[in-house]
Amino acid sequence: MNAQEVKNLIRGDRLTLSRILSQVESQSEAGRQALEALFPFTGRAHKIGITGAPGAGKSSLVNALTRQLRRQPDAPKVAIIAVDPTSPFSGGALLGDRVRMPDLQRDPGVFIRSMATRGALGGLAAATEAFSQVFDAAGYDIILIETVGAGQAEVEVVNLAHTTIVVDTPGTGDDIQAIKAGILEIADILVINKADRPGADQSVRYLQAMLEMGYARSGTAGHHASETVNSVAAEKPAEPWLPPVLKTIAIESQGIEDLLGAIQAHRKFLLESGTWQVKERQALQKAIQRAIAQNLMDFWEAKITPELFEATLQSVVERKLSPESAAQYLLQTIQGL
Amino acid sequence: MPEKKIRVLIAKPGLDGHDRGAKVIARALRDDGMEVIYTGLRQTPQMIAEAALQEDVDVVGLSILSGAHNVLVPQVIQKLREVGKGDVFIFVGGIIPQADIPGLLQAGVKKVYGPGTDTREVCQDIRAAIAERQQA
Ligand code: B12
Ligand SMILES: Nc1nc2c(ncn2[C@@H]2O[C@H](COP(=O)(O)OP(=O)(O)OP(=O)(O)O)[C@@H](O)[C@H]2O)c(=O)[nH]1
Ligand SMILES: [Mg+2]
Repeated sequence: MNAQEVKNLIRGDRLTLSRILSQVESQSEAGRQALEALFPFTGRAHKIGITGAPGAGKSSLVNALTRQLRRQPDAPKVAIIAVDPTSPFSGGALLGDRVRMPDLQRDPGVFIRSMATRGALGGLAAATEAFSQVFDAAGYDIILIETVGAGQAEVEVVNLAHTTIVVDTPGTGDDIQAIKAGILEIADILVINKADRPGADQSVRYLQAMLEMGYARSGTAGHHASETVNSVAAEKPAEPWLPPVLKTIAIESQGIEDLLGAIQAHRKFLLESGTWQVKERQALQKAIQRAIAQNLMDFWEAKITPELFEATLQSVVERKLSPESAAQYLLQTIQGL
Repeated sequence: MPEKKIRVLIAKPGLDGHDRGAKVIARALRDDGMEVIYTGLRQTPQMIAEAALQEDVDVVGLSILSGAHNVLVPQVIQKLREVGKGDVFIFVGGIIPQADIPGLLQAGVKKVYGPGTDTREVCQDIRAAIAERQQA
């Protein structure tokens, strides 16, 4: 990526932006260089994750929320990263989130990019974080990240987002428990969408009760507030954040003002408590660790010849070596080279 | 390095509610290993061009059963050029009278498909078009 391209991107050229996203996604050398060149310009955007069960209304909510954001007096620029699963059989993907965002297609202050998981677990794609950096550098004030329809394990988004919104739908009786502990814990804001359906108020009360129990137990709001002790926070001990539970009807844009209010309140909380900086630090720490792991993997893989690997694998197949001792053996062998 | 995935936008321009064909094609391309972005119904040419730009697709597939293809297709092509995506391959399917096909090809469409199209043929044509360009 040359200086002119960086300039074009920062000036708001959408074609450049879109091409860079593709280069980054395919993990090409050009993409790596682009991330390198853009990194100094990142660190401004408010990253908001939206997760929840398949069909809960995440995309519809993103649509309504973005419209609301764009109606604000200072109309922030909004980027949307919509992640859908790659088929494990064909390697292809059907990316359908745009269908629910018809209102945003004409707005030059909004950029929607769909991406497939391409085998990554955790509800995001490997390049989702890199996408958020590109959008950040390109001057998008808010980055909305819609995960794949998530169950309990797809909680990767918390490592990326400043604010995580968990979306559920009204349930009755036992299936209110549909929202599982894992995903409940990551919520900074809980939304019961499809509140036009019966049972919304019970679901809200139930979730509030669940949250308050957790709140009373740990003395903090889940994992988020637990690490806010740093120099900024030390001056003024922060009240822990108790995730609000809101009702919305995304397809009628109802409850969206309150949702925006909650997002703004959370942002204020993050900044005033010092949690924002803590999260940034943690995210960057994770990014370095990931890069180390990747580099080491690449390094070893380049050194272990297919023949050596095959021979060792055969020993494991014949139960002469365990996978663990095979790994030790391979690493020692190439270290000696 | 992972192979570059083929990205395809499947769009339905105009006021046309027939979406079965578009969905059949979208699914077939996915099952062939492509990444398919589906935009839904009632897209204006401007919206389709914008989506093609944002999604950085290699192919735009238009499904039109309303009879308005002679108007809509050139408009989509015009808008794609305006946003800098004049280089995408354009495939059109739906109810298109034989007599209209030469005009559409002339306007820049790669190929036109009618009812009963075997989806494997579409997959092959897309792969062939992209392979051809990569060689050039
Ligand atoms: C089912 C149907 C409907 C359903 C649609 C349901 C739905 N959600 O899709 C309903 C009942 C709603 C309907 C309504 C109408 N219909 Co109708 N409908 C049909 C019918 C019988 C079949 C269409 C279909 O689904 N085929 C199955 C799919 C899989 O096939 P396909 O769409 O052709 O797609 C294949 C290929 O064309 C190609 N392909 C299609 N798109 C693409 C895209 C790409 C990129 C590629 C590569 C390939 C490709 O590949 C596909 C797989 O082989 C056709 C007649 C016919 N035999 O085609 C009439 C037909 C399309 N309808 C017609 C009409 C007039 C209407 C109405 C206006 C009727 C009215 N007066 O109210 C309304 C309009 C509705 C609207 N809002 O647009 C006319 C259109 C006439 C024209 N264009 O000149 C047709 C041709 C009937 C006729 N002979 O008059 N219709
Ligand atoms: N009744 C009702 N339906 C809604 C509401 N919000 C969304 N829907 C519908 O729910 C369906 C799924 O909505 P999406 O926005 O696609 O949900 P999603 O969570 O993004 O779905 P995936 O991305 O597939 O996991 C669509 O048919 C929407 O129209 C709502 O508030 N009320
Ligand atoms: Mg969605």
